[in-house]
Amino acid sequence: MKISENEDSITVYLTGDIDHHSARGIREDTDAVVQMKKPSVLNLDFSGVNFMDSSGIGFIMGRYRLMSLYGGVVRVVNVPEGLAKMMNLSGLSALDIMERRGEKIESTK
Amino acid sequence: MKVQNEMSMSFESRSSNEGFARCAVSAFVTQLDPTISELNDIKTAVSEAVTNCVVHAYRNTIGKIYINVRIKENFVVVIKVRDTGCGIGDVRQAMQPLFTTAPSEERAGLGFAVMQSFMDKVNVRSKTGKGTTVTLEKRLSCRVGNG
Repeated sequence: MKISENEDSITVYLTGDIDHHSARGIREDTDAVVQMKKPSVLNLDFSGVNFMDSSGIGFIMGRYRLMSLYGGVVRVVNVPEGLAKMMNLSGLSALDIMERRGEKIESTK
Repeated sequence: MKVQNEMSMSFESRSSNEGFARCAVSAFVTQLDPTISELNDIKTAVSEAVTNCVVHAYRNTIGKIYINVRIKENFVVVIKVRDTGCGIGDVRQAMQPLFTTAPSEERAGLGFAVMQSFMDKVNVRSKTGKGTTVTLEKRLSCRVGNG
């Protein structure tokens, strides 16, 4: 997992498997930076994620709530094909945080 | 339906074993030459079932999780995930999407919903104080001859 900071946004590059076991560390690392910087946009980049169960959905929902406390927003970007089914099932699309096709965020990788 | 191959394993309900469990099941099923998407569906469903054991069945304790996988005729895979933990009082309620007894741990309450949509059949048998058995079934789209 890598975190990059821009003027007013933070991008978290998630990697590997996201499950109940790994979610705790990801959550703690992400929240530490968010609480320190209080960015207006938190990008969660899923391009490096090979596997994700519903713990990943819990992670996104939790960050959505956290950012809402600061008046910031979460954006879920670069979701691999293999995770689409889980993302669709979660109902997260109703929150309007999923990156739309063709709309890319500027990468600072 | 005739069983063509079978494997069983048991392991402790530590969260570090969640990845082991889904990978072991997926490795066993690989002999049927499933598609990447089918394998991902199975891994996800197993991960949800095992996580339920770790988070709910053996809450704050360590117990044994038993997995049995059977390959049957016509490329049907039947996976049983069993625990001897606290059991589920109201199975119907537990299977409702978004229902969770652990919101503080950011459980989305989607475990059973995911199992149901990623597998063909999901059966839950539970007895309070005795434990729970989740049976997951999926028919693979067979691309090879008789595995």
